[in-house]
Amino acid sequence: MGVRVALLGFGSVGQGVARMLGEKDLDLTLTAVADSKSGIIDPEGISIPEAFSRKARSGSCGKPKLSALDIVNSDAYDILVEVTPTNVDTGEPALTHIRKALGLRRHVVTSNKGPIALAHRELMELARKQGVALRYEATVCGAIPIIHTLQHGLMGNEVKALFGVMNGTCNYILTRMEDEGLTYDQALGEAQEMGYAEKDPTYDVKGLDTALKLVILANTVWGMDAGMKDVQVTGIDLITPEAIQLAIDQETAIRLIGEAIPSKDLLRVSPRIIPRNHPLLVEGTLNALTVVTDMAGELTFIGKGAGSTETASAVIGDLLYIRERYAGRP
Amino acid sequence: MKLEMKDTPGQLVSVLEPISECGGNIIAVIHQRDPESESDTLDVQIVLDLPAGKLPALIDQIKAQGVDILRIGEERLLHKRSLIMIGHIMHTDISDTVDQIDRTGFAEVSELSLMMPAINERSSARITIKTANRTDMESAVSLLRRVAGKKEILVVEPLEEWA
Repeated sequence: MGVRVALLGFGSVGQGVARMLGEKDLDLTLTAVADSKSGIIDPEGISIPEAFSRKARSGSCGKPKLSALDIVNSDAYDILVEVTPTNVDTGEPALTHIRKALGLRRHVVTSNKGPIALAHRELMELARKQGVALRYEATVCGAIPIIHTLQHGLMGNEVKALFGVMNGTCNYILTRMEDEGLTYDQALGEAQEMGYAEKDPTYDVKGLDTALKLVILANTVWGMDAGMKDVQVTGIDLITPEAIQLAIDQETAIRLIGEAIPSKDLLRVSPRIIPRNHPLLVEGTLNALTVVTDMAGELTFIGKGAGSTETASAVIGDLLYIRERYAGRP
Repeated sequence: MKLEMKDTPGQLVSVLEPISECGGNIIAVIHQRDPESESDTLDVQIVLDLPAGKLPALIDQIKAQGVDILRIGEERLLHKRSLIMIGHIMHTDISDTVDQIDRTGFAEVSELSLMMPAINERSSARITIKTANRTDMESAVSLLRRVAGKKEILVVEPLEEWA
């Protein structure tokens, strides 16, 4: 039996992770799953197809009497995958799940931005004390392995600045306004129809999602103890088709950019004018991120920022990293 | 600037050196010897880009070399930045917005394109600002940010290249 994984959250990300664990031979065993209404534990490994069919049939992946917290407190797993929906204000219930699991000396992998943005320092300190890992690649830019790159690939570099397109919803809306001359409301409506934007789009279009990601990156790279209050945030909801046209007239485009420059004490999310040939100028729901370092120079990463399988890629990367890093340990 | 200096070896170099010491960048040196001239002096024109506030110090240094400055030309504004404003741009007195930049003495608005989709709707404008250097540009942009903030106008700035 491989490393035992408990999965909290059975929405888009959770289902993506479960599907990939079922399809790929990774030697990771899913021993517990919970959604908001139910849970299931099987020390021998749960049947992933059955969990999917229960979810499709009844809306619940397991039994109503078993909660996510019951699973966290059980000894059925080695690594907790916390992929419940993000709560920006409290980080709950994920924050409690993560604290408990780390307290029980279990590794944690999460895609949940709330707890990482709100309590990065506390949680990392707790993980360190307990001798376990807390990894959160999937919180920032979906499939782009930016956290891993910053923590490992660019080791020894001084990171001077970070900036990029970190929200696919905003990028889709701006791209459509540009390509089709749509108004903001028309492009938003289209994004909602396509499933790229939530019914209440505030969190994305006001720049809050980008700000959260910026806080996570800044705290990771520079060990800042930054929070949302430290970010100057302007969204894209006031952008007019005329403004887009004025940008096009000069061979430029408007994109929502998050930027972190510690030497200027700057954390900022704002719509910006970018030249047409700029590497950050990506289309549709793509994300793009530039890292400026002293040795490696400027590096730009482009990839899918969301999606069930793409986010699962980040979660599974973290799971396998932990397994290798902590191999042979009791 | 146009200079008059002695036509002796090393004289031109002694003028150029202080320019680079001040952090200046020489764009052109025009130096024509008039064969008819009986004079033992030489006229030289230098086009240069200098950090703000360094000009008086440079003038002193050049004069100390025994060189006369015949003429200092207009400072050309080399830095250009275009920003886009969105809001009630006309109703919040666009000429006042432009004036506040122009009145600084170190920045000026060189272009303004305005688009007004309908009466009472928010308009959009592209404003191009010129300054002599980057520091002045930062000050001009932060001034525009402040003025626009008071008028509830959104300013979309370019993403500056990482220097």
